[in-house]
Amino acid sequence: MPFNLLVLFCFAYVALLFGVAFFAERRAAIGKARWLRSPLIYTLSLSIYCTAWTFYGAVGSAARSGLEYLTIYLGPTLVFVGWWVLLRKLVRIGRQNQVTSIADLISSRYGKSNLLGAMVTMLAVMAATPYIALQLQSVTLSFGVFASQTPEVWGQATGAWVAGGLAVFTIIFGTRKLDAREQHHGIVTAIAVEAVVKLLALLAVGAFVVWGLAGGVAAVLDRIGTSPLAEWELQPGRWTGLIMASAMAVICLPRMFHVLVVENTDEAQLGPASWAFPAYLFAMSLFIVPIAVIGTDRMPPGANPDLFVLTLPLAEGQGALALLAFLGGFSSATSMVIVETIALATMVSNHMVVPLWLRLAPARAQPGDVRRLVLLSRRLAIMGVLALGYGYYRLSGGSSALAAMGLIAFVGVAQFMPVILGGIFWRGATRTGAALGLLTGGAVWVWALFLPSFGSVMPPEVMAAGPWGIGWLRPQALLGTAGMDPMVHALFWSLALNTGAFCLGSLLTFPGPVERMQGAAFVHVFDTGAVGPRAWGQGRADAEALLILAQRILGDDDALQLFEAEARAQGRTGYLPDPTPEVFARVERHLAGSIGAAAAHAMIADLTGRATVTVDDLMAMANETAAIIENQARLEAQQEELTRTARALRDANEKLTQLSVQKDAFLSQVSHELRTPMTSIRAFSDILAEGDVPPEMVAQSGRVIHEETIRLTRLLDDLLDLSVLEAGTVQLNLSQSNLSGLIDRALVAAGQVQPDRRFVITRDLASEQIFVRSDADRLVQVFINLIANARKYCDAAAPELRVMVRQRGGRVMVDFIDNGRGIAKEAQGLIFEKFARLTDQTRAGGAGLGLAICREVMANLGGAISYLPGQGGAAFRVVLPLRIDRMAAE
Amino acid sequence: MKRARAPLFLERRSYRRRRLGDAARLLPVFGVILILLPLMWSPDATGAARLTAWEGVYLFAVWGALIVVAAILSRALAANDAATSDWDG
Repeated sequence: MPFNLLVLFCFAYVALLFGVAFFAERRAAIGKARWLRSPLIYTLSLSIYCTAWTFYGAVGSAARSGLEYLTIYLGPTLVFVGWWVLLRKLVRIGRQNQVTSIADLISSRYGKSNLLGAMVTMLAVMAATPYIALQLQSVTLSFGVFASQTPEVWGQATGAWVAGGLAVFTIIFGTRKLDAREQHHGIVTAIAVEAVVKLLALLAVGAFVVWGLAGGVAAVLDRIGTSPLAEWELQPGRWTGLIMASAMAVICLPRMFHVLVVENTDEAQLGPASWAFPAYLFAMSLFIVPIAVIGTDRMPPGANPDLFVLTLPLAEGQGALALLAFLGGFSSATSMVIVETIALATMVSNHMVVPLWLRLAPARAQPGDVRRLVLLSRRLAIMGVLALGYGYYRLSGGSSALAAMGLIAFVGVAQFMPVILGGIFWRGATRTGAALGLLTGGAVWVWALFLPSFGSVMPPEVMAAGPWGIGWLRPQALLGTAGMDPMVHALFWSLALNTGAFCLGSLLTFPGPVERMQGAAFVHVFDTGAVGPRAWGQGRADAEALLILAQRILGDDDALQLFEAEARAQGRTGYLPDPTPEVFARVERHLAGSIGAAAAHAMIADLTGRATVTVDDLMAMANETAAIIENQARLEAQQEELTRTARALRDANEKLTQLSVQKDAFLSQVSHELRTPMTSIRAFSDILAEGDVPPEMVAQSGRVIHEETIRLTRLLDDLLDLSVLEAGTVQLNLSQSNLSGLIDRALVAAGQVQPDRRFVITRDLASEQIFVRSDADRLVQVFINLIANARKYCDAAAPELRVMVRQRGGRVMVDFIDNGRGIAKEAQGLIFEKFARLTDQTRAGGAGLGLAICREVMANLGGAISYLPGQGGAAFRVVLPLRIDRMAAE
Repeated sequence: MKRARAPLFLERRSYRRRRLGDAARLLPVFGVILILLPLMWSPDATGAARLTAWEGVYLFAVWGALIVVAAILSRALAANDAATSDWDG
């Protein structure tokens, strides 16, 4: 294939990417880019994990060390199929806090600390440098393959040209605007296209090798068995170490974090990506071993296995396939570099340039100045990062294997992992601990892996004997662990010391207020009840100052739009909302989306004249929570009370229904009682009215009418009496009287009831000498009733009535006991009810109201009357107070 | 600080959902075990030659199984998510 044609294709491809990016930005700008929210685009953008290292390097790795290349993809697979544990939380936190980068996440979690943000940025830039160099190297190498026929056209400067071109593309699409949420739709769409290209290219080459060259799957499996690759031995240390490192890297690599968390447009994308991304990796690594095996077999002995994907089709005369492979490799390299540099540039501008500038020149405030500064610094950072990568590529000689260079970056970014895990699962993690951990881990990584990778930087004697001859500090044998693989050695020591320092530092230090609030918000991100941290007290600054600040960062239009929305949310017109703490918090979050949490926090703190959250704020927040809990408790109590009330109401209702039934029964009984005498009166008066009646008949009729009238009157009297007593409106006539005298009166009066019956009355006169203060007439009425009842109903042959008086404390008990049959047990509860007559045969003019009246009288007198069972006859006990309580009397 | 009392027992759907979450948490654990299994294989069982090819097949099979189970779980979780609005982690 002519080299010029290749360059033409290359330019055409880049032009296509430009077009795609422009188109996507356009559609997104008018809100018509729904596909951007689809899990497919998300998964494809995640595929920037597969860089040129995968595309070219995996085959080289397989040719050199067998199946070991799989570890790099198995680690991420485990992380993604376990998305429910870690990624879900990470993405939720990232979205909730408008995180702009991994440095921003760590800085934000540990009290919006700028120190941590800067540390993470430095470490990330250092780790990314060899990685970017790797991409440049692979592109240069792949160009070199085609250029071998015409070397005079394309020389050593390829790397520089590629780096320059990438810088232009990235600057155009990565820093065109300062987004509220650091999202770049154009770039995401472009890398999704590139993801498809590289997958198709690798699959095409693989299919060609398996079915075109080897002759089927079975043949390939046989060839693998007989190839030198089969002599590969699994090294347990590297196998586990690489799986671990890649699992951490898929989260911690700045570009991976960027597409995973920052560019995430919808949390629901994560679920499908949890299997689709591993499936992509699966497809990418499926044909690696066949290509490596067939390549080693068919290519000349000196051929670089890193380039088999390209050289194998070329050697077999498949120019078009080779071109596709070239574009695939080109895609892998460029997409990685673009996103990586954007992520790094964001970190550099937000955590190094802006804080520095705020410190040096905070006074010059004009709309958009911070925004211009941020964009400029990002553009410079993109160029700087690419220049560093190019420098590393030239410095390291461009000779080391691709895989080794990638692993250096993996171990470097793995240093963020303890701090992140601690930050989102452990509230006790502190800023000091995190700084110590990052410092320790970073230092070990630099010493044990990064510096030795240059080859020329580390003097051989230091590598062999340690600095100043201190043997246990040898870069690849710390503490004498010379038996380990250098990569595993560096991974083990850096992570062990990192975690140790992080935990120890966290245990020994006390976090500041912002840290504690952020820690709680991060760890409990799924607790819906937990309110977001409220960082700002009631407005010290006015809304206008805040608007000016926002304009400095967002530019005029965006800031005004934001403030108008805020004002509208408060129901106001114009652009100035009330400066409530909520507005401040939301504006801060918005600004944090552009310049990072730490810088945004610092700028607003500058405005409100307060650098941190005060203890008062914390107290207020605690009080708020306490108030919510209290409120809930009160609601619960209220609910219980309501339930109680409802129950009481139900009871009352039942009682009322019962009463109503009773009332009906009472009314019918009263009418019945009234009717009987009325009937006889009418009958006899009819007889009289007829005239012509014998005189003795007249006399008898008159007597009957008279008696019945008396009975009626008595009944009506009783009813009236009862109603007065029941209403409690009875007038009591209180006086001091001797109980014995009262009983005497009652006995005399009751003697007229059935005077023919002889009763033996047994009394103990001595015990009756008690003076009570009560209504004597009413009391006598009760006694008469009881004695009369005894006279009426006692069915003994020799009737006898005992009257016993006792005094207990302030109460007097008077018992009336006869020697009759008494009252049946089941009837005992009824006798005090109205119209409760037990037998009809011995009725003597009573309407069955007597005992009911007695009960009411005694209740009015502050006492009680009850039936005494088990006394060998009917027995009633009257209890009354010695001195009636005035209150009870009224 | 006293936290609001969470119910001790859940109705059937929330219960299912939590167990689905448990399964999603367990999946990577099983994955790690299966992927580290080749470490235990003795290198000279029937001659290293055939082993490499079948090791590769084994690893890809485990990989594929993980993908399939993850797909089933994520679908079930998403469906549940739509049904029950809220859940803490």
